Amino acid sequence: MINSGDTAFVLIAAAMVLLMTPGLAFFYGGMVRRKNVLGVLMQCFVIMCVLGLQWVLLGYSLAFAPGNSFIGSLDWVGLKDVGLEPYADYAATIPHQAFMIFQGMFAIITPALIIGAFAERMKFSAFLLFSILWAFLVYDPIAHMVWGVGGLFRNLGALDFAGGTVVHINAGIAALVTALYLGKRKNFPQAVAPHNLPFTVLGAGLLWFGWFGFNAGSALAANGISVNAFVVTNTAAAAAGLTWALIDWLHNGKPTMFGTVTGAVAGLVAITPAAGFVGVIPAVIIGFCVSIICFLMVAIVKMKFGYDDSLDAFGVHGIGGIFGALATGLFASKVINPAGADGLFNGNPKLFLIQLAAVSFTIVYSLVVTFVILKVIDKLIGVRVSEKDEAVGLDLTQHKETAYTVLE
Amino acid sequence: MKLVIAIIQPHKLEDVKHELYQEEVNLITVSEVLGHGRQKGVTEVYRGIKETGNLLRKIRLEIAVNDSYLEKTINAITKGARTGETGDGKIFVLDLKECIRIRTGETGKEAIG
Repeated sequence: MINSGDTAFVLIAAAMVLLMTPGLAFFYGGMVRRKNVLGVLMQCFVIMCVLGLQWVLLGYSLAFAPGNSFIGSLDWVGLKDVGLEPYADYAATIPHQAFMIFQGMFAIITPALIIGAFAERMKFSAFLLFSILWAFLVYDPIAHMVWGVGGLFRNLGALDFAGGTVVHINAGIAALVTALYLGKRKNFPQAVAPHNLPFTVLGAGLLWFGWFGFNAGSALAANGISVNAFVVTNTAAAAAGLTWALIDWLHNGKPTMFGTVTGAVAGLVAITPAAGFVGVIPAVIIGFCVSIICFLMVAIVKMKFGYDDSLDAFGVHGIGGIFGALATGLFASKVINPAGADGLFNGNPKLFLIQLAAVSFTIVYSLVVTFVILKVIDKLIGVRVSEKDEAVGLDLTQHKETAYTVLE
Repeated sequence: MKLVIAIIQPHKLEDVKHELYQEEVNLITVSEVLGHGRQKGVTEVYRGIKETGNLLRKIRLEIAVNDSYLEKTINAITKGARTGETGDGKIFVLDLKECIRIRTGETGKEAIG
């Protein structure tokens, strides 16, 4: 039975999630040097085109059509049998296509998140091929395992309200693999300061806004759970943004704008798997802790190991996602969501172990398959731009454009 | 004729302009430049990682003057730009070989003022 309120809400939420990808483009675009800003914007934007097609033609079927424990099937290729009536196993009160397009926006932003790790040095052709293969071989299977009917972790009882595992851990681990595989940028860690932090702040604002669609929309209905998700999302972002600013203040003497928006995004990442299962106090704790953990990763661990996760896609999304998924296993409560489960702190240690299993499997799977994809593309066409092209910048060498004119 | 080039702190530009106008030196060219002297640049912090030795923003003035105006110009810039701290900047004076006003084709002393 279609509910018009739920349908309207999910469609608007889907549009909000779409807006996160251009938001992410500005978030990342501001962090790179001016010679690479169009390269980053283009990578984010073209994913909206490529994955927008992949999803309706094949991706949705592979992720959500009834299949085995690991992958869906080809039954819903080209949206065959995905109609305007509800499909009760996923969402009983909205048209099946509304659920499909909402999920499509997640499929778009996930590979876009990885861009942050290989920014300023990947060939555009290799990037395109990578994103398409990664969608088919990593995103679609993991989405199926976590959310699809018959999926391994869905059957196991793992909780992932809005994509902490599917989106953030998955993309974050792929980010680490690509950063390691491509190697450091030429000048890393010197002289790679952000060229336009106001863009980054604008992007963070759009992400925060869109994240209400991402998390509240994942209730797939305009109900109490979606309201809870909305409130804890805002709370975790607020706690994490403030925490990062305070860490900056203590550690470097001044609170930074860049740190504050980074913290807010880390908070949004961490609350994502938990949004429908925890209350407001756990949200504050999750936000507080995730900023401390992510700060340690990007400011200390990254420099110590010397890998060039250029825009901290792994440090924020991977680490924040892992923490959020495990925190869900700690704080989840049936008082908030009777359809969920209790976590360790509510007397059910089993959930924490299930979360740990789902996280570990996703890490290993994403790590191995991402590496294989990169290796294959490297053999076929090469993944990294030439040293000269890197020095000139991706805008000119990959797209024959420049973002800013000097005169007029 | 001399060409006076001065590198000053950005926040002292208004003061320098004011002093120059007092001396009726009205023809100046201003550009934004980067550089540092004894201050050794600034340290910036991005996501907890320090970047040292970043160049500082400075203002560069170019003023072409007849010899009789040179001292007044130098005094005006010095008065306007001095704070007594390191980083106040420098003034360079160069001999100017020729000056041509594009509109009229006048040259030398006539063209400069």
